[in-house]
Amino acid sequence: MSEITNDIEGLRRRISSGTITARAVVESSINAAEKLNEQLNAFLEIDQDAPKRAAAIAVPERALAGIPIAIKDNICVEGMQTSCGSLILGNYHPPYNATVIERLLGAGAVVMGKTNCDEFAMGSSNENSAFGPVRNPWDPTRVPGGSSGGSAAAVAAGIVPVALGSDTGGSVRLPASFCGVLGLKPTYGRNSRYGLVAFGSSLDQVGIFARTTGDVATVLGIIAGRDEHDATTADVPVPDYLAELSGDVKGARIGLPQSLFGEGLDPEVRASVEAAVAVYRDLGAEIVDVELPNAQYSIAVYYIIATAEASSNLARFDGVRYGFRAEDAPRLREMYRKTREEGFGPEVKRRIMLGTYVLSAGYYDAYYGKAQQVRALIKDDFRKAFASCDAIITPTSPTPAFAIGEKVDNPLAMYLNDIYTVTANLAGIPGISVPCGLSSNHLPIGFQLLGAYWSEPTLFKLAHAYEKAQPFTERPPISE
Amino acid sequence: MPITEADVEKVAQLAHMEITSEELKIFAPQMADIVSYVEQLNEVATSNIPPALGGFTPEGEATDSARDDIPAPSLGQKKALAEAPDAAAGHFRVPKVL
Repeated sequence: MSEITNDIEGLRRRISSGTITARAVVESSINAAEKLNEQLNAFLEIDQDAPKRAAAIAVPERALAGIPIAIKDNICVEGMQTSCGSLILGNYHPPYNATVIERLLGAGAVVMGKTNCDEFAMGSSNENSAFGPVRNPWDPTRVPGGSSGGSAAAVAAGIVPVALGSDTGGSVRLPASFCGVLGLKPTYGRNSRYGLVAFGSSLDQVGIFARTTGDVATVLGIIAGRDEHDATTADVPVPDYLAELSGDVKGARIGLPQSLFGEGLDPEVRASVEAAVAVYRDLGAEIVDVELPNAQYSIAVYYIIATAEASSNLARFDGVRYGFRAEDAPRLREMYRKTREEGFGPEVKRRIMLGTYVLSAGYYDAYYGKAQQVRALIKDDFRKAFASCDAIITPTSPTPAFAIGEKVDNPLAMYLNDIYTVTANLAGIPGISVPCGLSSNHLPIGFQLLGAYWSEPTLFKLAHAYEKAQPFTERPPISE
Repeated sequence: MPITEADVEKVAQLAHMEITSEELKIFAPQMADIVSYVEQLNEVATSNIPPALGGFTPEGEATDSARDDIPAPSLGQKKALAEAPDAAAGHFRVPKVL
């Protein structure tokens, strides 16, 4: 039995009362990771030295003292690998920590491993990792969702209480819903991306997985805030997110976009999210109708903007400064071409080429310019909607977790999984996925709450109220 | 206009990626599908809409957040070269350019 069944507060209480040592907690996490990884393939690196570092954590009052945490393998941790799930990074070991890692370490957290993900965070199923798919702890024949599937699976399986991922179009919220945990994408600019390997720079945010709202709030309070290494971080005060948690949501206005509950939505997911709406109504929230007329274009906008930004960001992987270099290429240009051919997987190549295409001479205005204009309309839809409500509720995904292999041959079908999540990245607003039950074949379902800029306290308050009213206590079959 | 194999070949070249004929056969129809899907944006009227660019402030507007250009210690040569596939005499070494 793992020691990681508690939330952060519970673990800290046990550590500070001497019931258990920080070292034993981290050891238990490492053992669980080692044991379950054969089935889950959630970790690309497990740090056997982590317990030793836990033993050296000096100030037990720190918010995360001795708490083991798993980090998606596209976020730099000094002394560990960063592969981004790709062959092109070879055996890359970054010489610095991401800012979010510095802040976690400063709070006493212990990074115990790096988690598997879709290559460069491009995917909705985690099948695009060069190191094999992560398996869903609820059913190993199914995907955990992507792209931060390893982090989601690690939290769901009880290996760690919290993990970091990255969310460019839903890559935290979607796997959170498929794995039955909470997943937050903060407001754009809320936390630093310094040390997060860039995919779509106007969309990327580091996000948080946990099994309780309190743990998500605790971790956000630590990693949020201005960072001079990332000019997009905003100088907006970081509130005490834990103080904002209270059971009372009486009078809160929750927007319901009926048009998003139509075609393509699995009936069980619909029923489950509608039941969550009813729970909020019973708690005294007011449910109001909202319209997001341009949301239907979000996937089209996203796959222009995200691929365009990716084609530019991934130009740096050229076999010169770090990572893999192809052999037998006597000329520079040939070396670039062979390195990128051998180093990137099919989905990354597809997106680099799409991005190159939409940015190429003669097409820029028709695709990229147009997409940025429709993006402005999507942002404006939210601005109008949040004039009449405090948060918007939607499903997180149109279906529960699908089978491994089911959608790999049809990229467009795969992209449509992100229909509910990409809008938040396009608008820059925060979103959280909250588990709300199991389907008839025992797969988790999640609902998503979206809020206005910097409204994380509202999202936490609502998520916490739901969690109190409808605790999600089921554990997956593959877990500690 | 649907994307052809020739388009994909050209784009791969622009992106400095070699592409095999098998890949070309797979990618061309997939990319054609995706591009025809995103072309649904043409039905949206946007003539007076300024594009959404830039970061976000609390109001959600673009912001200028450049910092002062003050020299500060960085990685240093040794660490910066440590992960290079090939380095010599304090430089990255690459195959012949010409």
